[in-house]
Amino acid sequence: MSMKVGSRQVDGVVIVDCSGRITLGEGSVILRDTVRELLAKGNKKIVLNLQDVNYIDSSGIGELVSAFTTTKNQGGELKLLNLTKKVNDLLQITKLYTVFDVKDDEAAAVKSFK
Amino acid sequence: MAMTEQRVSYTLDSSLETIDNAEEKATRIATELGFADDEVMQISMAVREGAVNAVLHGNAYAPDKKVTLAFERTGEDLVITIRDQGPGLDLSKIPNPLAPENLLKTSGRGIFLMRSFMDVVEIRPSQTGTELKLIKHVHGPTAGGKEASQ
Repeated sequence: MSMKVGSRQVDGVVIVDCSGRITLGEGSVILRDTVRELLAKGNKKIVLNLQDVNYIDSSGIGELVSAFTTTKNQGGELKLLNLTKKVNDLLQITKLYTVFDVKDDEAAAVKSFK
Repeated sequence: MAMTEQRVSYTLDSSLETIDNAEEKATRIATELGFADDEVMQISMAVREGAVNAVLHGNAYAPDKKVTLAFERTGEDLVITIRDQGPGLDLSKIPNPLAPENLLKTSGRGIFLMRSFMDVVEIRPSQTGTELKLIKHVHGPTAGGKEASQ
């Protein structure tokens, strides 16, 4: 299953609902393009909802890092929401769990932006 | 699949399709060999990362270069070999992705993930390509492999 994204606004925060696989190729490109377009339109508060992301490889991890740093470099904030166990485990072993702001409740994630 | 010695190998193009193909083969074979679900995921992800390295960094998508993928069930192990025809990986340039200065790098985690998920990872570079050997020990039904979280 390839990756699909849909975005919605909640109290000034963009929630990007991702589903499928974030892997080398299409999945990584879709994520990259989505975050770049949001930033280009002035959206600086971004939440990636990964609830339905069932697989991610090292390229996908790299794309999450890229999305995080690109957003930060443009004065924004990017947070992760609803990690599956697989993605959670990967972020733990790569020590990225401490880098990302990870939330498990959408309302709390939205409120957490300054 | 019976736990007898057996080997199967494939010669694959240097393409993105090969990476998905290798992962699918690993998932199917590891499942057939009776590995637990989390071990199947670990094996398939390690093979995917190995295939990514072979296609991208080894053969650099060259259409005239092939990737050889082999699965062998020995007495105690599943042994997976991935060979490319690239210039040979420079082992001295493999970064530690957990080092603070590398945490926010967007690449360099593939070999680390393979080492996290497999029991043995051997990398043998040469001028005619790199051979990667991934070994997962066959455990009993309650033994389990390395945990993904550490």
